[in-house]
Amino acid sequence: MPDPRTSGTGRTGRALAGRAFAHRLFWPLAALGALLVVNVIATPTFFNVRIQDGHLFGSLVDIVRNGAPVLLVAIGMTLVIATRGIDLSVGAVAAIAGAVACVYIVKSPASGAAGTAIVAITTALAVCVALGLWNGFLVSVIGIQPIIATLVLMVAGRGIAMLVTGGQITTVNNDTFAALASGYLLTLPVAALIALGVFAATQVVVRRTALGMLIESVGINPEASRLAGVRSRTIIWTVYVFAALCAGTAGLIIAANTHSVNANSLGLWIELDAILAVVIGGTSLAGGRFSLAGSLVGAMLIATLTRTIPNIGIPAEANYLFKALVVVMVCLLQSPKARAVLQRRGERPAGPPSPSSREEAVA
Amino acid sequence: MSQAEVTPPRPVVEMRDVSITFGTVRALDQVSLRLLPGEVHALMGENGAGKSTLIKALTGVYTIDSGQVDVDGVETQFATPAAAQHAGISTVYQEVNLVPNLTVAENMLLGREPRRLGRILRREMNRRAADSLQALGIDVDPTSELGSHPIAVQQLVAIARAVDTDARVLILDEPTSSLDADEVARLFEVMRRLREEDTAIVFVSHFLDQVFEIADRMTILRNGRVVGERMVAETTQLELVQLMIGRDLQALERIDHAAQEVAEAEETGEAAAQRLPVLSAVGLGRKGSLEATDLTLYAGEVVGIAGLLGSGRTELARLLFGADAADTGDLSIEGSSRRRLRSPRHAIDRNLAFCSEDRKAEGVFEELSVADNMLLGLQASRGWLRPIPPATRATLVAEFMTALDIRPADPSLPMRSLSGGNQQKVLLARWLITEPDVLLLDEPTRGIDIGAKTQIQQLVVDLAEKGMSVVFISAELEEVLRLSHRLVVLKDRRKIAERPNVDISVNDVLEIITGEPGGLAEKERVDA
Repeated sequence: MPDPRTSGTGRTGRALAGRAFAHRLFWPLAALGALLVVNVIATPTFFNVRIQDGHLFGSLVDIVRNGAPVLLVAIGMTLVIATRGIDLSVGAVAAIAGAVACVYIVKSPASGAAGTAIVAITTALAVCVALGLWNGFLVSVIGIQPIIATLVLMVAGRGIAMLVTGGQITTVNNDTFAALASGYLLTLPVAALIALGVFAATQVVVRRTALGMLIESVGINPEASRLAGVRSRTIIWTVYVFAALCAGTAGLIIAANTHSVNANSLGLWIELDAILAVVIGGTSLAGGRFSLAGSLVGAMLIATLTRTIPNIGIPAEANYLFKALVVVMVCLLQSPKARAVLQRRGERPAGPPSPSSREEAVA
Repeated sequence: MSQAEVTPPRPVVEMRDVSITFGTVRALDQVSLRLLPGEVHALMGENGAGKSTLIKALTGVYTIDSGQVDVDGVETQFATPAAAQHAGISTVYQEVNLVPNLTVAENMLLGREPRRLGRILRREMNRRAADSLQALGIDVDPTSELGSHPIAVQQLVAIARAVDTDARVLILDEPTSSLDADEVARLFEVMRRLREEDTAIVFVSHFLDQVFEIADRMTILRNGRVVGERMVAETTQLELVQLMIGRDLQALERIDHAAQEVAEAEETGEAAAQRLPVLSAVGLGRKGSLEATDLTLYAGEVVGIAGLLGSGRTELARLLFGADAADTGDLSIEGSSRRRLRSPRHAIDRNLAFCSEDRKAEGVFEELSVADNMLLGLQASRGWLRPIPPATRATLVAEFMTALDIRPADPSLPMRSLSGGNQQKVLLARWLITEPDVLLLDEPTRGIDIGAKTQIQQLVVDLAEKGMSVVFISAELEEVLRLSHRLVVLKDRRKIAERPNVDISVNDVLEIITGEPGGLAEKERVDA
């Protein structure tokens, strides 16, 4: 969703640059660009994309494909966060979806058939709707704080997934199901198409209907929304169900990618990556205004980062540390306060801090 | 009050030719202000006149573009509000900026608690807080939780905190807007004490009576310029208002006549026969907020609710709207079989509308655009699946921006950038767009400037003429009397009187409320 103020035409280049600079997606995009440049320097062929057997291959394609689950979860998470909520249960929901689908396929007499895969996927998503209803019920009807309400399912959900799989790593052999992750359609990976399709559909629904405005109103001022007659309960319920559906889809893609489900590890910590993607994209955790496009950039940034670490030869042990450093840097660049400090430093590099600011720092 | 000194004392603060520009807007244009020790100095002007900007320029929130600020005769430029406070200039804002779930003492000494070895000396802290409160004659237990006290007391605590930092200049921005008469009297008591101790007090208020009661001198601003500096004793209210708004007050007089005529017609029983009840409440009540109350609303009539803060006037509106659920009584609304409202949604579906007294917390969405704020009520009724078509949106927004004279006239601006008066008009527009039969207005003119206030009052008159039923609640009795056809008086969470508004004066209402003739208010009125 482009900011209308930045899409103005006919202004001087400097004004445009200034506006681009102030745009909330500028820094995440810059960071994404910088990471890509780093990769190209390390591996000059990084940008190469070739067609093989009618499929697109290359690092960039991999990034989009591998980033699909986080992107999906981040889309749902964006709407939840916009209502002042948070959904910690998405990882567990992903595991349950994967478990339900895989177990269904394994137990089915025709475990390789396309029909089986479709029913399995549908069943898994139906279960996700139920899980989302549960989260929404706790938050909007019972009034439990979202972080606690979804913590219930975050913990219990893994248990449910374990029960479904009987504690075993369940392996499936179904080409239709596997195609969710490794299939190609019109030269593009199916996983990426699903994620981008959900992104586009959500964007359209949210901005073409009044859903986006009502979600924001609930997030900005719940009491004023109630008095204005907004059916907050329905809105909140809707976003939690949607988040669970997104998480379930992500879980199916992850399971399809490995042809198996491990209830303990599928989608583990994906909620954190998703929240990170949302925050990097400029949606405030305090709720209110949200940006799906921002979450898209955030998710791609995280996927690129994951790819960058081995590509530029950072040892596996330093993996998390490096990731954390980049994320902190992006967040700092985005913070107006931090930027103001940096700018001031830039203008007066030699001068000592003024007495008043020192006083303030002491006080 | 104000002695005409032969040799005026040196000003504590002197601002000379201060200008501030935001973008292309000249917010302050060569403004000068002198604050003398031991005076209450009223800063007057409509919203947007530059009062807040001037305060912020003085206290280091904004940097001035040109001009000079002298404190004790020394040129000074505060870089931060903290620096200003350090130099003895303290500000108490309209919204109390304290921590409700800490104790009174903790709030007063927040950030400068007495410590030994890093441990906070609680007893010492409570003693010091008690001393400062006592010095100002504020009777509050320092160990009690701040949030347990009414806003008025919290405000006094905020002042005590400000004064406790050895303030020589105390700036009070709209301190009385949520206080009732008794509480205002207490505040003024505290202000008088501080004045005797040679504190310079800047008093910003929309209540002219209060300004004339407490202030010694005033500086009047309009459109970022000083249009006058006057001794209060030598100025009339009319003169002041003319300076503030730069035009005459005929509009207000017209409103007076309109309401009076309708009320008189009612008195003679002319209109009564053909009136249609649109809403009637029988025994409507809620434990701890309002005793069982009967009230019938008719189409085309303004019912004024008078009563002090805490009398149940807000509670009544909230019960009628279903914002709080009633636990006794029935509510019958024309064309509806439901006997209770359980939520605002139900009320809106039955063509009720309610503007809350707390604009900020219960009305506006600061980050959303003016247009979104305006259309939210209608959109909420349509549900998210049926967005208002863009063309309809544009027409509705344009129509109400013009009809209510909302400024700046750009509906894409975020709501936060509008002044209080204009925000209030947007909220009114939100409800008018839903075309309600009953409009409940709780303090719609609080804290907004005279121009906007007059416009809103005029609007109420017009809406009633078109057949809407309006409930008008205000702490300003003059305003209630000016607008309403029928008057309902509440006291101590109970309805104590209801009568047609014919020949009722403010004093009559006060008599009804206090149960005694005249009362304190009358004496003050005679003085003025």
